[in-house]
Amino acid sequence: METKEMKVRGRSEVTGPEQTTAGPTFVPSVDIFETETVITLMADLPGVKPADIDIDLRDDVLTLAGNITPVESENETRLLVEYETGRYYRQFTLSDIIDQKAIEAEMTDGVLRLILPKAEKAQPRSIKVTTS
Amino acid sequence: MFTKNFFDFPAFRWRNDLDALGRVRRDLGRLMDNLEGGTYFSRSAGVFPPVNLTEAPDQYFLRAELPGVKAEDLDIQSMDNNITISGERKLPVEDANARFHRRERDAGSFSRAIKMPGHIDHDKINASLSNGILTITVPKAETAKPKQIQIK
Repeated sequence: METKEMKVRGRSEVTGPEQTTAGPTFVPSVDIFETETVITLMADLPGVKPADIDIDLRDDVLTLAGNITPVESENETRLLVEYETGRYYRQFTLSDIIDQKAIEAEMTDGVLRLILPKAEKAQPRSIKVTTS
Repeated sequence: MFTKNFFDFPAFRWRNDLDALGRVRRDLGRLMDNLEGGTYFSRSAGVFPPVNLTEAPDQYFLRAELPGVKAEDLDIQSMDNNITISGERKLPVEDANARFHRRERDAGSFSRAIKMPGHIDHDKINASLSNGILTITVPKAETAKPKQIQIK
């Protein structure tokens, strides 16, 4: 399979109500896909340590928030700045009922993998029609 | 008629305009901060990955955000005063039956060269990858380091 070349993409900032913390807040890029039993969410959160990510699921609203630790030390002077760093924030409304106890989250190389298993009653059942 | 046109404005237009104004105000505020703080946002070179370059007295730091890229998929080379970063971002193939709701993350290959502002010491270049951020520490060549001159 031929690999395509990656392109620079601008980062989009969170719009809407003003944030309480200073500095920019960005919307992380995500992939969301579902199978019959689970919904998986993958989010790119470069610079966020596993301990600094906050995942919250209340009713059907899933909130992702990530804080970054500044990597630059004080004696550094900026010569070239092509990307900005800041917090990450994004909210989703889930349409399925999630089994809260079985949620799994894993963070590797700045990518969050969140597994949201659907609750039993939200899983599709095929209904057999019998003829008498 | 004027009044009619005026009141014909759909209510939501006001909110959108206010949102846009808020954005402009925030961007201008940040621009002012940057100007006062002496830093500026450079125009992107249009090549992936975007990098930030900083300078310390003895070394340069070159940083790039590469979430999900493994160290073995990266190739970093130095020649003259140039550092090249090339590699590939692979996204694991998920369940073939999975249905996508969002697909915003990109995969693909990249290659970029960055010219350092001064002479560098090739033998002591160090690269590390943590939490999706690549940091290349490039020590300056002895001749490029600042030297204090004593007055006799």
